[in-house]
Amino acid sequence: MDLGMLVFIVIKILVVFGLVMLTVAYLTLLERKVLAHMQVRVGPMFAGPHGILQPIADGIKLFFKEDIVTKQADKVFYFLAPALSIIPVLMIFAVIPFGDKTTLFGLLKEPVELRITGLRIDILYVFAMSGLATYGVVFGGWSQNNKYALIGGIREAAQLISYEVAFTLSIFGVVMVAGTLQLDKIVEAQRNVWFIVYQPVGFLIFLTASVAELKRTPFDLPEAESELVAGFHADYSSMKFAMFFMAEYASIVVCSCLGTLLFLGGWLGPSILPPFVWYLIKVFVLIFVIIWLRATYPRLRYDQLMKFGWKFLIPVSFLNIFVTAIVILLVR
Amino acid sequence: MTVPLEKVGEEMILNMGPQHPATHGVLRLVLQLEGEVVKRIVPMIGYLHRGIEKLCEERTYIQNLVLTDRLDYTAAMSNNLSYALAVERLCGIEVPERAQVIRVIMAELSRIAAHLLWIGTYALDIGAITPFFYCFREREKVLDMFEMISGQRITPSYICIGGVRKDITPEFLEALKSFTDTFETYILDYEALLTKNPIWLSRTRDVAVLSREEAINWGTTGPVLRASGVQFDFRKATPYCGYENYEFEIPYGTNGDCYDRYRVRMEELRQSNRIIKQAMANLPDGPILADVPYVVMPDKSDVLTDIEALIKHFKIASGAFQIPKGEVYSSIENPKGELGFYIVSDGSSRPYRMRIKSSCFVNLSTLPVMVEGRHMVADVVAAVGSIDIVLGEVDR
Repeated sequence: MDLGMLVFIVIKILVVFGLVMLTVAYLTLLERKVLAHMQVRVGPMFAGPHGILQPIADGIKLFFKEDIVTKQADKVFYFLAPALSIIPVLMIFAVIPFGDKTTLFGLLKEPVELRITGLRIDILYVFAMSGLATYGVVFGGWSQNNKYALIGGIREAAQLISYEVAFTLSIFGVVMVAGTLQLDKIVEAQRNVWFIVYQPVGFLIFLTASVAELKRTPFDLPEAESELVAGFHADYSSMKFAMFFMAEYASIVVCSCLGTLLFLGGWLGPSILPPFVWYLIKVFVLIFVIIWLRATYPRLRYDQLMKFGWKFLIPVSFLNIFVTAIVILLVR
Repeated sequence: MTVPLEKVGEEMILNMGPQHPATHGVLRLVLQLEGEVVKRIVPMIGYLHRGIEKLCEERTYIQNLVLTDRLDYTAAMSNNLSYALAVERLCGIEVPERAQVIRVIMAELSRIAAHLLWIGTYALDIGAITPFFYCFREREKVLDMFEMISGQRITPSYICIGGVRKDITPEFLEALKSFTDTFETYILDYEALLTKNPIWLSRTRDVAVLSREEAINWGTTGPVLRASGVQFDFRKATPYCGYENYEFEIPYGTNGDCYDRYRVRMEELRQSNRIIKQAMANLPDGPILADVPYVVMPDKSDVLTDIEALIKHFKIASGAFQIPKGEVYSSIENPKGELGFYIVSDGSSRPYRMRIKSSCFVNLSTLPVMVEGRHMVADVVAAVGSIDIVLGEVDR
């Protein structure tokens, strides 16, 4: 590998990282605005026109907050947990493609891929990383030695086991139809028909399980405001809290990107708009749905959540795989 | 205060409150947990104790009125009414017709305000955030109306001994009319978000069940009693303020669970609206204050022009009046249940002893019966919310 390639990759990483962080910051504003308008309010209005500078103000505030470390905390894991929760999420972005091969409107001589790198086993890598991210929450909840945080951590661990399985199984259908684990190839396989048409059940399971993965309403038990006060991040403050927060919003972006790539045809769309714009539109539709759910639903109870995961989602995803396999066999 | 529970084996003692988002004020709950299942629960109260009963012994009957505002601060008008009725019975004051109707309007408006607050915060407890803002939109209108007539939103002290403090204005009636006309559609909004929502159903159905016998034996009143299947309401059982002249139904549940309590309160919103409509249609003319010298404050405009009225005003304000000797107990149907005042008078201008019977306190004491042994932490939140306590009234 020559130096030019290295510089090129570093530039790509920085661009993706910057864009992701910007999206995460403005996702908080988007969520507050969307929720506000659904709830007959206006949301943040004072930092810049229509609160456009609010995420920056929030960031500065969080950065300068006092960093509190409680006496009873297990220091090593207490410090490790926020990093453990955000790093795997950011690492997932290494394989997420953001668009077709492009020359950036003729700026470059050769077309480049709009992604940092690709593996032959993209999907496996994504699930490995998203599984790792849970350790951050579990360690965080446990290391604080705070009863509320502990319950939050336990809930998260239980929730992960119940939903990671359904989450993974829901995508098997897509993988079987596309016949590849590479995300860009999966998108290319949807050139004629989006996979949401072949896999409607798979898409619904994916959406439900990813909301559970994201710890968002109606599955926001690990942080259940009204029961556990703040759950697993009860004793975290300043940037440590912000890292949990960023991890949560970055995972929303990851899940929406995955949903777009796997079910909604990625960047494919009529050529009136550039592929990257189609991609963004689809991602933001999914993000909007996730925010919308928060405005509509109450929270499930711990045992109901487990029951729903094990007794409904997992059997249905197996059934989905089974039916998909039979149909593929018959068609071939 | 010490922790009243002991840890056994793998169990965990969890202290919930007094600062906790779901305990609605400063209630402290000590839970004995096995996993997430609640083995025992001990509600500990007293963090908002202000000694209102004792304070009342030091102040005149007129001054005590403002203390009653601070009992159940979500429905201050009802508290005023209950207190005023008790003192009026002690003195044998007949309240004019118009004042009676205005009192009914205010009591029902405060019921609407209190129930709206309850629905919003209860949905928030269960995890739904949107109903809160919808409910507060309408509650705001009710509070604006309170401000319009009394100058205060939360603590109006509007219903006073002998009648009401000021006559209602045409602007108020106009606002009230547009509110009652549109309120039904807003109730449909809340119901659309909650009533048939599967998650809402699974969180509230068969949760924190209080059987009919338990509800009666524990002496609960209000929506908690009615949700358990007892069709009892002071407005029907011992009508006051002419409630016998209005047509309304008493909603009641069958299972005594959180969902029934929710349904009962939802229906009460409709019935209250119905009562207000009837009251508005039959609003008689006439005075708004009984003419009882040296107990009921004279009209302010008379005080400025008439020496007799000025003397009366001065004597009342300086506490130089007498209330007949005797004892009285009178209670009304507060949004939360029975709110009763037991007053012992020794013939002076200050009560010898005043005791407030709070439904919140009684209803809260059923919490262990509802929750212990069969429910999880999340259900404790659902149960506490469904009882609808206001710590101001529990601790007094």
